[in-house]
Amino acid sequence: MELLLHQVLAGLATGGIYACMALAVVMIYQAIDHLNFAQGEMAMFSTFIAWQLLQWGVPYWAAFVLTIAISFLAGVVIERTVFKPIHKAPVLTHVVMFIALFAIINSAAGFIWDFTIKSVPSPFGTQPLFGQRLISAHDAGMIAVTLVLLVLLYLFFRHTRVGLAMRAAAANPDSARLAGIRVGWMVALGWGMAAAVGSVAGMLIAPVVFLEPNMMLSILLYGFAAAVVGGLTSPGGAVFGGFAVGVVENLAGTFIPYVGRELKLSIALFIIVAVLIVKPSGLFGRRVVTRV
Amino acid sequence: MHDRAVAHVKSPPAGTLAGVSLDIWRRLAIAGALAVALAVPFAAKNFFIFQMTLAIIYAIAILGLNLLTGFNGQFSLGHSAFYALGAYTAAIMMEHGGLGYYWTLPAAGMVCFVAGFLFGLPALRLEGIYLALATFALAVAMPQILKSTPLEPWTGGVQGIVIIKPDAPFGLPLNSDQWLYFLSLAVALVLYACAVNLVGSRTGRAMIAIRDHPIAASAMGINVSLYKSLTFGVSALYTGVAGALGAVAISFVAPDSFTFVLAIGLFVGLVVGGVGSIPGTLFGGLFVLFVPNIAEHISKGLAGAAYGVILMLIIYAMPSGAAGLCRLIIGKFVRHGR
Repeated sequence: MELLLHQVLAGLATGGIYACMALAVVMIYQAIDHLNFAQGEMAMFSTFIAWQLLQWGVPYWAAFVLTIAISFLAGVVIERTVFKPIHKAPVLTHVVMFIALFAIINSAAGFIWDFTIKSVPSPFGTQPLFGQRLISAHDAGMIAVTLVLLVLLYLFFRHTRVGLAMRAAAANPDSARLAGIRVGWMVALGWGMAAAVGSVAGMLIAPVVFLEPNMMLSILLYGFAAAVVGGLTSPGGAVFGGFAVGVVENLAGTFIPYVGRELKLSIALFIIVAVLIVKPSGLFGRRVVTRV
Repeated sequence: MHDRAVAHVKSPPAGTLAGVSLDIWRRLAIAGALAVALAVPFAAKNFFIFQMTLAIIYAIAILGLNLLTGFNGQFSLGHSAFYALGAYTAAIMMEHGGLGYYWTLPAAGMVCFVAGFLFGLPALRLEGIYLALATFALAVAMPQILKSTPLEPWTGGVQGIVIIKPDAPFGLPLNSDQWLYFLSLAVALVLYACAVNLVGSRTGRAMIAIRDHPIAASAMGINVSLYKSLTFGVSALYTGVAGALGAVAISFVAPDSFTFVLAIGLFVGLVVGGVGSIPGTLFGGLFVLFVPNIAEHISKGLAGAAYGVILMLIIYAMPSGAAGLCRLIIGKFVRHGR
């Protein structure tokens, strides 16, 4: 029983990482209607920027805010320069562009900061929370930040004009344009926000998994999985999905004998496919109804 | 959604170019390409022949993917899994069954057809990006499954399986690289001819109708589920045969040759070749093989960035792939008769 509890808590802690990433994935999906395969690499690059700032002696929270701002700008710039020219292209073309972006960012980060593992400090410290051994202060802080981010995004999308305009631009670009919304800039804004959320995720994840150019590969995959389980249209669902995937991954690794540990990733992915088959739009996603 | 998701395939343009009908030009082009393909093994070094063999094999795999994505509108980022399945079927048959490599091609095709058909059934419930993700999961899981302990006696685990490279049969005066090249070329010719006929047939029109408008297709009496699963099976068959050929050509299989990087490579090859174009897959095969090498040549440290930039430039230059560009150029010079 103690083992179960321990594994669930450990799962929640890793789930926090996935939830962060899933939130960034859902964020950009809402703004541009595509899954950004380069999202993880963007977050990784942001984290390197934060690390570089810290190396230069900038205090942690200043570096934190500065990194978010830089990432936001970078996201907007990427959208304006790379993706605006092809915004009418088919989905497949977009996916290839994401792959190209992935390769460029990954390679550039390796070139600038090389492939050795770097450690990033945690703002919350790594001591156990309240003296118990189950969950560390950093894990708790990460989960808290994710939840705060979720609430902020919820408020932004529900209760501000810009948030409403962004949702309109994503849901129905033509009607949104007729209503006077500058759809192109809303998309750029979505990219910026996704990059910013991603940078927060990266900075929170880095103390746990260590910083190196390939750190995001499997995390992004779990993040996608979490986003899909929760429903790509629902930020809350994505966070829930993140925790669920983390717990399931841990429990499968511990309690399924023989193949559990080796096939942890496969089992997690299998569960996602199973969820999708039962509920094609995710647990909390809206079904998209289109006119025939 | 569907008409936006996949570029439309135009029927071959009719008309004349320099007074000769396009149909004749097309035959001339095929004959010319074939002549070049037959001449390559006698004019080039062994390593280049080997590379061209791999390019043909990738082209077959991309053709399989194209039947699924280009003609039936189902995404897959997981075809490396079927490629791996074909390769391992071949390797295990040769290693543990002691069978000749020529038996492994049809066997790999059948195994992958069944696997693809079965995977196609749950895939019916998924569309667009969700299907892409589910297939991507398959691609990521495959190397882990191949490495796993229960399968190790068969797959050789992380070590993989080493196969003996076959020599030319009947005492033909060819070395094994040349022979494997001709074998791949022959298999490719058969598979391409089958694909052209399939796409032009009643079945092919049903596949395309499902891509363009599933509801209208089912209203016309097409069994959408059956055709979609069958297309998945046929697509996996092509990719599996390519995988078996690849295993024989490289004479080695290991789990880490079949990661999602391969799946993404095939997908990129599909898009730069031209979605929904059969000859475009040849360009795709060449791209998958040569562009990473070219990128490495440009800069060792920034090879990934060079690859990404080349990819971006290609997408800007030819948004609908090499096939789309050719169609555009031919369209400029063609006089539309009739």
